Amino acid sequence: MSTENKIRIEAANVNFYYGNNRAIKNMSLNFYGNKVTAFIGPSGCGKSTFIRLLNKMNDLVSDTRVEGSIYLDGEDILNKKTDVVKIRRKVGMVFQKPNPFPKTVFQNIAYGLEINGEKNKKKITQTVEESLHKAALWNEVKDRLHDNALRLSGGQQQRLCIARCLAVEPEVILFDEPCASLDPISTNKIEELILELKKQYTIAIVTHNMQQAARVSDYTAFMYLGELIEFGDTDKIFTVPREKKTEEYLSGKFG
Amino acid sequence: MYSNKERAIKILFTVFAFASMFFLAGIVFVLFKESLPLISEVELSNFFGKQWYPTYEPAEFGILPLIFGSLWVTAGALFVCVPLGIGTALYVYELASPGQKQVLKPVIEILGGIPSIVYGFFGMLIVAPFVQNLFDIPTGLCALTAGLVLGIMAIPTVASLSEDALSFVPNSFKEASYALGANRWQTLTKVIIPAAASGISTSVILGMSRIVGETMTVLMVSGGSAIMPKSFFDPIRPMTSAIAAEMGEAAVGSVHYHALFAIGLILFLITLIFNAAAEIISKKYRVKLGLDR
Repeated sequence: MSTENKIRIEAANVNFYYGNNRAIKNMSLNFYGNKVTAFIGPSGCGKSTFIRLLNKMNDLVSDTRVEGSIYLDGEDILNKKTDVVKIRRKVGMVFQKPNPFPKTVFQNIAYGLEINGEKNKKKITQTVEESLHKAALWNEVKDRLHDNALRLSGGQQQRLCIARCLAVEPEVILFDEPCASLDPISTNKIEELILELKKQYTIAIVTHNMQQAARVSDYTAFMYLGELIEFGDTDKIFTVPREKKTEEYLSGKFG
Repeated sequence: MYSNKERAIKILFTVFAFASMFFLAGIVFVLFKESLPLISEVELSNFFGKQWYPTYEPAEFGILPLIFGSLWVTAGALFVCVPLGIGTALYVYELASPGQKQVLKPVIEILGGIPSIVYGFFGMLIVAPFVQNLFDIPTGLCALTAGLVLGIMAIPTVASLSEDALSFVPNSFKEASYALGANRWQTLTKVIIPAAASGISTSVILGMSRIVGETMTVLMVSGGSAIMPKSFFDPIRPMTSAIAAEMGEAAVGSVHYHALFAIGLILFLITLIFNAAAEIISKKYRVKLGLDR
Protein backbone atom coordinates (compact mmCIF):
# COMPACT_ATOMS: atom_id res chain seq x y z
CA MET A 1 0.00 0.00 0.00
CA SER A 2 1.19 3.43 -0.86
CA THR A 3 0.19 4.98 2.43
CA GLU A 4 2.16 2.40 4.44
CA ASN A 5 4.08 4.06 7.24
CA LYS A 6 3.15 7.49 5.99
CA ILE A 7 1.93 9.98 8.54
CA ARG A 8 -1.81 10.41 7.96
CA ILE A 9 -2.76 12.54 10.93
CA GLU A 10 -0.51 14.97 12.69
CA ALA A 11 -1.66 16.39 16.01
CA ALA A 12 0.41 19.18 17.55
CA ASN A 13 0.08 20.88 20.94
CA VAL A 14 -3.57 20.01 21.34
CA ASN A 15 -5.35 21.32 24.41
CA PHE A 16 -9.01 20.68 25.10
CA TYR A 17 -11.25 22.20 27.75
CA TYR A 18 -14.63 21.24 29.18
CA GLY A 19 -15.54 24.63 30.62
CA ASN A 20 -12.49 25.48 32.69
CA ASN A 21 -11.36 21.90 33.07
CA ARG A 22 -8.40 21.10 30.82
CA ALA A 23 -9.05 17.53 29.69
CA ILE A 24 -6.26 17.24 27.12
CA LYS A 25 -2.88 18.76 27.93
CA ASN A 26 -0.52 19.72 25.15
CA MET A 27 -0.78 16.50 23.18
CA SER A 28 1.31 15.92 20.07
CA LEU A 29 1.04 12.65 18.23
CA ASN A 30 1.13 11.17 14.73
CA PHE A 31 -1.05 8.49 13.21
CA TYR A 32 0.45 6.30 10.51
CA GLY A 33 -1.33 4.95 7.46
CA ASN A 34 -2.43 1.29 7.60
CA LYS A 35 -1.43 1.03 11.22
CA VAL A 36 -3.49 0.57 14.36
CA THR A 37 -2.78 3.06 17.13
CA ALA A 38 -4.14 2.08 20.53
CA PHE A 39 -4.91 4.50 23.36
CA ILE A 40 -4.67 3.10 26.87
CA GLY A 41 -4.86 4.67 30.31
CA PRO A 42 -7.14 4.84 33.33
CA SER A 43 -10.77 6.00 33.01
CA GLY A 44 -11.15 9.71 32.54
CA CYS A 45 -7.61 10.24 31.26
CA GLY A 46 -8.84 11.83 28.04
CA LYS A 47 -8.41 8.95 25.54
CA SER A 48 -11.95 9.13 24.18
CA THR A 49 -11.99 12.91 24.30
CA PHE A 50 -8.83 12.95 22.21
CA ILE A 51 -10.00 10.62 19.45
CA ARG A 52 -13.37 12.38 19.34
CA LEU A 53 -11.44 15.48 18.30
CA LEU A 54 -10.36 13.69 15.14
CA ASN A 55 -13.90 13.60 13.73
CA LYS A 56 -15.15 16.68 15.52
CA MET A 57 -17.62 14.79 17.70
CA ASN A 58 -16.77 17.09 20.60
CA ASP A 59 -18.46 19.88 18.67
CA LEU A 60 -21.73 18.35 19.85
CA VAL A 61 -20.81 18.99 23.49
CA SER A 62 -21.56 22.51 24.64
CA ASP A 63 -19.12 24.72 26.53
CA THR A 64 -15.94 23.15 25.16
CA ARG A 65 -12.85 24.74 23.65
CA VAL A 66 -9.89 23.40 21.73
CA GLU A 67 -6.42 24.73 20.94
CA GLY A 68 -3.58 23.44 18.75
CA SER A 69 -3.73 21.79 15.35
CA ILE A 70 -4.60 18.38 13.91
CA TYR A 71 -3.70 17.96 10.27
CA LEU A 72 -5.34 15.32 8.10
CA ASP A 73 -3.92 15.27 4.58
CA GLY A 74 -2.71 18.84 4.89
CA GLU A 75 -5.99 20.21 6.25
CA ASP A 76 -6.36 21.41 9.83
CA ILE A 77 -9.32 19.57 11.35
CA LEU A 78 -9.47 22.03 14.24
CA ASN A 79 -9.71 25.07 12.00
CA LYS A 80 -13.25 26.43 12.22
CA LYS A 81 -13.35 26.97 8.46
CA THR A 82 -12.77 23.32 7.66
CA ASP A 83 -15.87 21.53 6.40
CA VAL A 84 -17.08 19.38 9.31
CA VAL A 85 -19.13 17.09 7.10
CA LYS A 86 -16.13 16.36 4.87
CA ILE A 87 -13.98 15.51 7.90
CA ARG A 88 -16.62 13.20 9.35
CA ARG A 89 -16.98 11.36 6.05
CA LYS A 90 -13.22 10.84 5.90
CA VAL A 91 -12.94 9.89 9.58
CA GLY A 92 -15.49 7.27 10.59
CA MET A 93 -16.29 6.24 14.14
CA VAL A 94 -17.47 3.14 15.96
CA PHE A 95 -18.82 3.86 19.43
CA GLN A 96 -18.53 2.21 22.80
CA LYS A 97 -22.11 0.99 22.88
CA PRO A 98 -23.41 -0.43 19.61
CA ASN A 99 -25.76 2.26 18.31
CA PRO A 100 -27.59 1.05 15.22
CA PHE A 101 -30.60 3.18 14.26
CA PRO A 102 -34.04 1.71 15.02
CA LYS A 103 -34.34 0.88 11.33
CA THR A 104 -33.72 -2.28 9.33
CA VAL A 105 -30.24 -3.72 8.83
CA PHE A 106 -30.34 -2.54 5.21
CA GLN A 107 -31.56 0.96 6.05
CA ASN A 108 -28.85 1.34 8.68
CA ILE A 109 -26.14 0.97 6.08
CA ALA A 110 -27.98 2.74 3.28
CA TYR A 111 -28.45 5.79 5.52
CA GLY A 112 -24.88 7.02 5.10
CA LEU A 113 -25.17 6.74 1.32
CA GLU A 114 -28.54 8.46 1.18
CA ILE A 115 -27.43 11.47 3.19
CA ASN A 116 -24.50 11.74 0.80
CA GLY A 117 -26.97 12.09 -2.04
CA GLU A 118 -26.67 8.59 -3.51
CA LYS A 119 -29.94 7.82 -5.32
CA ASN A 120 -28.97 4.85 -7.45
CA LYS A 121 -30.80 1.90 -5.83
CA LYS A 122 -28.51 -0.64 -7.44
CA LYS A 123 -25.40 1.09 -6.17
CA ILE A 124 -26.89 1.30 -2.68
CA THR A 125 -27.81 -2.39 -2.63
CA GLN A 126 -24.34 -3.29 -3.85
CA THR A 127 -22.58 -1.11 -1.26
CA VAL A 128 -24.75 -2.52 1.55
CA GLU A 129 -23.73 -6.03 0.60
CA GLU A 130 -20.04 -5.14 0.22
CA SER A 131 -19.95 -3.35 3.54
CA LEU A 132 -21.56 -6.29 5.31
CA HIS A 133 -18.99 -8.61 3.74
CA LYS A 134 -16.16 -6.35 4.86
CA ALA A 135 -17.56 -6.27 8.38
CA ALA A 136 -17.77 -10.09 8.38
CA LEU A 137 -21.50 -9.93 9.01
CA TRP A 138 -22.99 -10.86 5.64
CA ASN A 139 -23.43 -14.57 6.31
CA GLU A 140 -25.25 -13.94 9.56
CA VAL A 141 -27.67 -11.29 8.31
CA LYS A 142 -28.14 -11.95 4.61
CA ASP A 143 -31.62 -13.35 5.28
CA ARG A 144 -32.46 -10.67 7.82
CA LEU A 145 -31.64 -7.52 5.87
CA HIS A 146 -35.13 -6.17 6.46
CA ASP A 147 -35.35 -7.01 10.15
CA ASN A 148 -35.00 -4.27 12.75
CA ALA A 149 -31.31 -3.94 13.53
CA LEU A 150 -32.03 -3.79 17.26
CA ARG A 151 -33.01 -7.46 17.13
CA LEU A 152 -29.43 -8.47 16.32
CA SER A 153 -27.11 -9.58 19.13
CA GLY A 154 -24.78 -7.02 20.68
CA GLY A 155 -21.78 -8.30 18.74
CA GLN A 156 -23.71 -8.32 15.47
CA GLN A 157 -24.97 -4.80 16.17
CA GLN A 158 -21.41 -3.60 16.65
CA ARG A 159 -20.29 -5.19 13.38
CA LEU A 160 -23.31 -3.60 11.72
CA CYS A 161 -22.08 -0.26 13.03
CA ILE A 162 -18.69 -1.02 11.53
CA ALA A 163 -20.35 -1.90 8.20
CA ARG A 164 -22.36 1.33 8.38
CA CYS A 165 -19.15 3.25 8.89
CA LEU A 166 -17.36 1.44 6.02
CA ALA A 167 -20.20 2.16 3.59
CA VAL A 168 -19.37 5.85 3.38
CA GLU A 169 -15.77 4.95 2.45
CA PRO A 170 -13.80 6.63 5.22
CA GLU A 171 -10.00 6.68 5.27
CA VAL A 172 -9.57 6.69 9.02
CA ILE A 173 -11.67 4.69 11.49
CA LEU A 174 -11.87 5.55 15.17
CA PHE A 175 -12.91 2.81 17.58
CA ASP A 176 -14.00 4.10 20.98
CA GLU A 177 -13.85 1.03 23.25
CA PRO A 178 -15.71 -1.02 20.64
CA CYS A 179 -15.79 -4.18 22.76
CA ALA A 180 -16.68 -2.63 26.11
CA SER A 181 -20.16 -4.15 26.10
CA LEU A 182 -19.42 -7.38 24.22
CA ASP A 183 -18.76 -10.98 25.24
CA PRO A 184 -15.34 -12.60 24.58
CA ILE A 185 -16.38 -14.34 21.34
CA SER A 186 -17.82 -11.15 19.84
CA THR A 187 -14.74 -9.29 21.06
CA ASN A 188 -12.53 -11.77 19.28
CA LYS A 189 -14.45 -11.26 16.03
CA ILE A 190 -14.12 -7.49 16.25
CA GLU A 191 -10.39 -7.79 16.89
CA GLU A 192 -9.91 -10.03 13.86
CA LEU A 193 -11.88 -7.53 11.86
CA ILE A 194 -9.68 -4.64 12.98
CA LEU A 195 -6.57 -6.52 11.87
CA GLU A 196 -8.21 -7.14 8.52
CA LEU A 197 -9.38 -3.53 8.15
CA LYS A 198 -5.96 -2.00 8.76
CA LYS A 199 -4.89 -3.25 5.32
CA GLN A 200 -7.15 -0.55 3.92
CA TYR A 201 -7.65 2.01 6.65
CA THR A 202 -5.80 4.00 9.27
CA ILE A 203 -7.15 2.99 12.66
CA ALA A 204 -7.21 4.41 16.17
CA ILE A 205 -8.68 2.43 19.04
CA VAL A 206 -9.38 3.36 22.64
CA THR A 207 -9.41 0.36 24.93
CA HIS A 208 -9.42 -0.52 28.61
CA ASN A 209 -8.28 -4.01 27.80
CA MET A 210 -4.50 -4.02 27.67
CA GLN A 211 -4.32 -7.46 26.09
CA GLN A 212 -6.53 -6.10 23.35
CA ALA A 213 -4.16 -3.20 22.75
CA ALA A 214 -1.26 -5.67 22.62
CA ARG A 215 -3.11 -7.95 20.20
CA VAL A 216 -4.40 -5.46 17.66
CA SER A 217 -2.19 -2.39 17.67
CA ASP A 218 1.10 -1.43 16.06
CA TYR A 219 1.55 1.67 18.16
CA THR A 220 0.37 2.41 21.65
CA ALA A 221 -0.21 5.75 23.34
CA PHE A 222 -0.42 5.75 27.13
CA MET A 223 -2.35 8.67 28.58
CA TYR A 224 -2.67 9.79 32.17
CA LEU A 225 -4.66 12.78 33.49
CA GLY A 226 -4.98 14.32 30.04
CA GLU A 227 -1.31 13.98 29.16
CA LEU A 228 0.42 11.73 26.69
CA ILE A 229 2.94 9.94 28.90
CA GLU A 230 4.43 7.60 26.36
CA PHE A 231 3.98 6.74 22.70
CA GLY A 232 5.80 4.08 20.73
CA ASP A 233 5.79 0.62 19.17
CA THR A 234 3.28 -1.56 20.96
CA ASP A 235 5.88 -4.31 21.44
CA LYS A 236 8.25 -1.94 23.17
CA ILE A 237 5.65 -0.24 25.33
CA PHE A 238 4.43 -3.57 26.66
CA THR A 239 7.88 -5.10 27.20
CA VAL A 240 10.26 -2.27 27.96
CA PRO A 241 8.31 0.93 28.73
CA ARG A 242 10.51 3.98 29.11
CA GLU A 243 8.32 5.77 31.65
CA LYS A 244 7.80 4.61 35.21
CA LYS A 245 4.08 5.59 35.07
CA THR A 246 3.53 3.37 32.03
CA GLU A 247 5.17 0.44 33.75
CA GLU A 248 3.08 0.94 36.86
CA TYR A 249 -0.13 1.09 34.84
CA LEU A 250 0.71 -1.97 32.77
CA SER A 251 1.55 -3.96 35.89
CA GLY A 252 -1.77 -3.02 37.45
CA LYS A 253 -0.45 -0.75 40.20
CA PHE A 254 -3.24 1.74 39.41
CA GLY A 255 -5.98 2.07 36.88
CA MET B 1 -40.54 -9.32 60.95
CA TYR B 2 -42.78 -6.31 60.57
CA SER B 3 -43.70 -4.44 63.69
CA ASN B 4 -47.37 -3.61 64.16
CA LYS B 5 -46.72 -0.02 63.26
CA GLU B 6 -45.07 -0.96 59.97
CA ARG B 7 -47.91 -3.31 59.20
CA ALA B 8 -50.48 -0.59 59.87
CA ILE B 9 -48.63 1.84 57.61
CA LYS B 10 -48.44 -0.78 54.90
CA ILE B 11 -52.20 -1.41 55.05
CA LEU B 12 -52.93 2.30 55.03
CA PHE B 13 -50.88 2.91 51.91
CA THR B 14 -52.32 -0.13 50.19
CA VAL B 15 -55.77 1.33 50.76
CA PHE B 16 -54.64 4.68 49.38
CA ALA B 17 -53.10 3.06 46.33
CA PHE B 18 -56.18 1.06 45.48
CA ALA B 19 -58.59 3.91 46.23
CA SER B 20 -58.40 5.23 42.68
CA MET B 21 -59.35 1.81 41.42
CA PHE B 22 -62.49 1.85 43.59
CA PHE B 23 -63.33 5.35 42.38
CA LEU B 24 -62.92 4.27 38.76
CA ALA B 25 -65.06 1.19 39.34
CA GLY B 26 -67.68 3.35 41.09
CA ILE B 27 -67.83 5.87 38.26
CA VAL B 28 -68.11 3.18 35.61
CA PHE B 29 -70.84 1.48 37.65
CA VAL B 30 -72.88 4.69 37.97
CA LEU B 31 -72.44 5.51 34.28
CA PHE B 32 -73.77 2.10 33.27
CA LYS B 33 -76.50 2.01 35.90
CA GLU B 34 -77.90 5.40 34.91
CA SER B 35 -77.62 4.97 31.16
CA LEU B 36 -78.76 1.36 30.68
CA PRO B 37 -82.48 2.04 31.34
CA LEU B 38 -82.41 4.08 28.14
CA ILE B 39 -82.35 0.85 26.11
CA SER B 40 -85.96 0.13 27.03
CA GLU B 41 -87.02 3.79 26.86
CA VAL B 42 -85.70 4.91 23.49
CA GLU B 43 -85.44 3.13 20.14
CA LEU B 44 -81.85 2.61 19.05
CA SER B 45 -82.62 4.32 15.73
CA ASN B 46 -83.97 7.29 17.64
CA PHE B 47 -80.87 7.44 19.87
CA PHE B 48 -78.52 7.44 16.88
CA GLY B 49 -80.74 9.83 14.95
CA LYS B 50 -80.15 13.37 13.80
CA GLN B 51 -82.69 15.15 16.02
CA TRP B 52 -81.85 16.17 19.58
CA TYR B 53 -85.02 17.69 21.06
CA PRO B 54 -85.10 16.18 24.54
CA THR B 55 -87.71 18.58 25.92
CA TYR B 56 -90.15 18.51 23.01
CA GLU B 57 -93.32 16.51 22.90
CA PRO B 58 -92.68 13.85 21.60
CA ALA B 59 -89.02 14.08 22.59
CA GLU B 60 -86.21 13.20 20.20
CA PHE B 61 -82.97 11.79 21.54
CA GLY B 62 -80.76 11.58 18.47
CA ILE B 63 -77.19 12.15 19.64
CA LEU B 64 -75.57 12.42 16.19
CA PRO B 65 -75.62 16.25 16.22
CA LEU B 66 -73.76 16.16 19.54
CA ILE B 67 -71.25 13.55 18.35
CA PHE B 68 -70.65 15.52 15.16
CA GLY B 69 -70.32 18.68 17.20
CA SER B 70 -67.52 17.04 19.16
CA LEU B 71 -65.93 15.72 15.96
CA TRP B 72 -65.91 19.11 14.25
CA VAL B 73 -64.44 20.84 17.26
CA THR B 74 -61.79 18.15 17.59
CA ALA B 75 -60.89 18.34 13.91
CA GLY B 76 -60.64 22.12 14.06
CA ALA B 77 -58.54 21.99 17.22
CA LEU B 78 -56.15 19.47 15.66
CA PHE B 79 -55.41 21.91 12.84
CA VAL B 80 -54.18 24.31 15.51
CA CYS B 81 -52.51 22.11 18.11
CA VAL B 82 -50.69 19.64 15.86
CA PRO B 83 -48.59 22.09 13.84
CA LEU B 84 -48.09 24.52 16.72
CA GLY B 85 -47.49 21.86 19.36
CA ILE B 86 -45.09 19.74 17.31
CA GLY B 87 -43.41 22.84 15.90
CA THR B 88 -42.84 24.14 19.42
CA ALA B 89 -41.44 20.76 20.48
CA LEU B 90 -39.02 20.65 17.56
CA TYR B 91 -37.87 24.18 18.22
CA VAL B 92 -37.31 23.58 21.92
CA TYR B 93 -35.54 20.29 21.24
CA GLU B 94 -33.25 21.29 18.42
CA LEU B 95 -32.95 25.04 17.94
CA ALA B 96 -33.60 26.78 21.23
CA SER B 97 -30.57 28.06 23.12
CA PRO B 98 -30.37 26.97 26.78
CA GLY B 99 -31.66 30.44 27.71
CA GLN B 100 -34.66 30.18 25.39
CA LYS B 101 -35.41 26.71 26.73
CA GLN B 102 -35.48 28.11 30.24
CA VAL B 103 -38.17 30.56 29.17
CA LEU B 104 -40.15 28.44 26.72
CA LYS B 105 -40.64 25.31 28.80
CA PRO B 106 -42.21 27.05 31.83
CA VAL B 107 -44.31 29.24 29.52
CA ILE B 108 -45.74 26.12 27.90
CA GLU B 109 -46.44 24.65 31.33
CA ILE B 110 -48.23 27.82 32.42
CA LEU B 111 -50.35 27.80 29.26
CA GLY B 112 -51.33 24.26 30.24
CA GLY B 113 -52.24 25.33 33.76
CA ILE B 114 -54.67 28.12 32.85
CA PRO B 115 -58.20 27.18 34.03
CA SER B 116 -60.49 26.29 31.15
CA ILE B 117 -63.00 28.96 32.13
CA VAL B 118 -60.32 31.57 31.42
CA TYR B 119 -59.89 30.10 27.96
CA GLY B 120 -63.66 30.38 27.66
CA PHE B 121 -63.57 34.11 28.48
CA PHE B 122 -60.75 34.59 26.05
CA GLY B 123 -62.73 32.75 23.36
CA MET B 124 -65.98 34.69 23.98
CA LEU B 125 -64.47 38.15 24.26
CA ILE B 126 -61.62 38.03 21.75
CA VAL B 127 -61.72 35.09 19.39
CA ALA B 128 -65.48 35.01 18.74
CA PRO B 129 -65.85 38.70 17.77
CA PHE B 130 -62.71 38.41 15.68
CA VAL B 131 -64.04 35.39 13.80
CA GLN B 132 -67.46 37.02 13.42
CA ASN B 133 -65.99 40.17 11.85
CA LEU B 134 -63.44 38.37 9.77
CA PHE B 135 -65.93 36.06 8.07
CA ASP B 136 -68.96 38.30 8.41
CA ILE B 137 -71.16 35.64 10.01
CA PRO B 138 -74.19 36.05 12.31
CA THR B 139 -72.40 34.79 15.41
CA GLY B 140 -68.78 34.23 16.34
CA LEU B 141 -69.77 31.45 18.71
CA CYS B 142 -69.33 28.55 16.30
CA ALA B 143 -67.35 25.40 15.54
CA LEU B 144 -64.43 27.40 14.20
CA THR B 145 -64.05 29.50 17.35
CA ALA B 146 -64.40 26.44 19.58
CA GLY B 147 -61.79 24.62 17.48
CA LEU B 148 -59.35 27.53 17.65
CA VAL B 149 -59.66 27.97 21.41
CA LEU B 150 -59.49 24.25 22.19
CA GLY B 151 -56.57 23.92 19.82
CA ILE B 152 -54.67 26.56 21.77
CA MET B 153 -55.59 24.77 25.00
CA ALA B 154 -54.17 21.49 23.69
CA ILE B 155 -50.84 22.98 22.53
CA PRO B 156 -49.13 22.43 25.91
CA THR B 157 -50.12 18.74 25.97
CA VAL B 158 -48.88 18.13 22.45
CA ALA B 159 -45.78 20.29 22.79
CA SER B 160 -44.49 18.99 26.10
CA LEU B 161 -45.21 15.31 25.39
CA SER B 162 -43.68 15.59 21.90
CA GLU B 163 -40.64 17.27 23.36
CA ASP B 164 -40.34 14.43 25.87
CA ALA B 165 -40.56 11.92 23.02
CA LEU B 166 -37.79 13.69 21.13
CA SER B 167 -35.59 13.90 24.22
CA PHE B 168 -36.05 10.19 24.89
CA VAL B 169 -34.36 9.37 21.59
CA PRO B 170 -30.93 8.18 22.75
CA ASN B 171 -28.14 10.63 22.08
CA SER B 172 -26.18 7.76 20.56
CA PHE B 173 -28.44 7.85 17.47
CA LYS B 174 -27.62 11.48 17.01
CA GLU B 175 -23.91 10.81 17.39
CA ALA B 176 -24.04 7.92 14.93
CA SER B 177 -25.78 10.11 12.37
CA TYR B 178 -23.39 13.03 12.74
CA ALA B 179 -20.40 10.68 12.62
CA LEU B 180 -21.54 9.52 9.18
CA GLY B 181 -21.42 13.08 7.93
CA ALA B 182 -25.10 13.92 8.26
CA ASN B 183 -26.03 17.52 8.95
CA ARG B 184 -28.43 18.74 11.59
CA TRP B 185 -31.48 18.72 9.31
CA GLN B 186 -30.83 15.22 7.98
CA THR B 187 -30.27 13.93 11.49
CA LEU B 188 -33.50 15.51 12.70
CA THR B 189 -35.73 14.40 9.83
CA LYS B 190 -34.28 10.97 9.08
CA VAL B 191 -33.22 9.72 12.51
CA ILE B 192 -34.68 11.67 15.42
CA ILE B 193 -38.23 12.29 14.18
CA PRO B 194 -38.80 8.74 12.87
CA ALA B 195 -37.46 7.36 16.16
CA ALA B 196 -39.79 9.66 18.11
CA ALA B 197 -42.76 9.27 15.76
CA SER B 198 -44.80 7.01 17.98
CA GLY B 199 -44.15 9.22 20.98
CA ILE B 200 -45.30 12.21 18.98
CA SER B 201 -48.47 10.43 17.87
CA THR B 202 -49.13 9.56 21.50
CA SER B 203 -48.96 13.24 22.35
CA VAL B 204 -51.50 14.05 19.64
CA ILE B 205 -53.87 11.33 20.85
CA LEU B 206 -53.66 12.58 24.43
CA GLY B 207 -54.23 16.11 23.12
CA MET B 208 -57.36 14.84 21.34
CA SER B 209 -58.47 13.14 24.52
CA ARG B 210 -58.23 16.47 26.31
CA ILE B 211 -60.14 18.28 23.54
CA VAL B 212 -62.97 15.73 23.41
CA GLY B 213 -63.44 15.81 27.18
CA GLU B 214 -63.17 19.59 27.57
CA THR B 215 -66.43 21.05 28.81
CA MET B 216 -66.36 24.57 30.20
CA THR B 217 -64.68 26.20 27.25
CA VAL B 218 -66.85 24.59 24.58
CA LEU B 219 -69.93 25.41 26.60
CA MET B 220 -68.93 29.06 26.43
CA VAL B 221 -67.75 29.39 22.84
CA SER B 222 -69.39 26.76 20.68
CA GLY B 223 -72.79 28.45 20.37
CA GLY B 224 -74.82 25.64 21.85
CA SER B 225 -77.19 24.71 19.05
CA ALA B 226 -77.79 21.00 18.76
CA ILE B 227 -78.13 20.70 15.00
CA MET B 228 -76.07 18.74 12.54
CA PRO B 229 -73.17 21.09 11.69
CA LYS B 230 -72.81 21.84 7.99
CA SER B 231 -69.85 24.18 8.16
CA PHE B 232 -67.28 25.49 10.61
CA PHE B 233 -69.35 28.67 10.88
CA ASP B 234 -72.35 26.86 12.41
CA PRO B 235 -72.98 27.04 16.13
CA ILE B 236 -72.71 23.57 17.60
CA ARG B 237 -73.34 21.65 20.80
CA PRO B 238 -70.66 19.02 21.49
CA MET B 239 -71.40 16.10 23.83
CA THR B 240 -69.77 17.63 26.88
CA SER B 241 -71.65 20.91 26.66
CA ALA B 242 -74.94 19.08 26.15
CA ILE B 243 -74.43 17.25 29.42
CA ALA B 244 -73.29 20.37 31.29
CA ALA B 245 -76.07 22.56 29.95
CA GLU B 246 -78.96 20.12 30.30
CA MET B 247 -78.21 18.05 33.37
CA GLY B 248 -79.58 20.74 35.67
CA GLU B 249 -82.98 20.81 34.01
CA ALA B 250 -83.41 17.09 33.38
CA ALA B 251 -85.57 15.42 36.01
CA VAL B 252 -83.74 12.69 37.91
CA GLY B 253 -84.69 9.30 36.49
CA SER B 254 -86.29 10.75 33.38
CA VAL B 255 -85.51 9.57 29.85
CA HIS B 256 -83.59 12.79 29.23
CA TYR B 257 -81.52 12.13 32.39
CA HIS B 258 -80.69 8.61 31.24
CA ALA B 259 -79.80 9.87 27.75
CA LEU B 260 -77.33 12.38 29.18
CA PHE B 261 -75.69 9.59 31.18
CA ALA B 262 -75.47 7.53 28.00
CA ILE B 263 -73.65 10.43 26.34
CA GLY B 264 -71.30 10.49 29.31
CA LEU B 265 -70.70 6.78 28.89
CA ILE B 266 -69.87 7.25 25.22
CA LEU B 267 -67.46 10.07 26.09
CA PHE B 268 -65.84 7.87 28.69
CA LEU B 269 -65.41 5.07 26.16
CA ILE B 270 -63.91 7.45 23.58
CA THR B 271 -61.31 8.81 25.97
CA LEU B 272 -60.66 5.29 27.25
CA ILE B 273 -59.87 4.18 23.70
CA PHE B 274 -57.64 7.21 23.14
CA ASN B 275 -55.71 6.61 26.33
CA ALA B 276 -55.35 2.90 25.67
CA ALA B 277 -54.10 3.62 22.14
CA ALA B 278 -51.61 6.13 23.49
CA GLU B 279 -50.39 3.60 26.06
CA ILE B 280 -49.99 0.83 23.49
CA ILE B 281 -48.17 3.06 21.02
CA SER B 282 -45.77 4.44 23.59
CA LYS B 283 -45.04 0.95 24.86
CA LYS B 284 -44.18 -0.18 21.33
CA TYR B 285 -42.05 2.91 20.99
CA ARG B 286 -39.97 2.07 24.05
CA VAL B 287 -39.45 -1.45 22.74
CA LYS B 288 -38.49 -0.08 19.33
CA LEU B 289 -35.85 2.16 20.84
CA GLY B 290 -34.51 -0.72 22.91
CA LEU B 291 -35.43 1.00 26.18
CA ASP B 292 -37.45 -1.91 27.49
CA ARG B 293 -34.76 -4.55 27.35
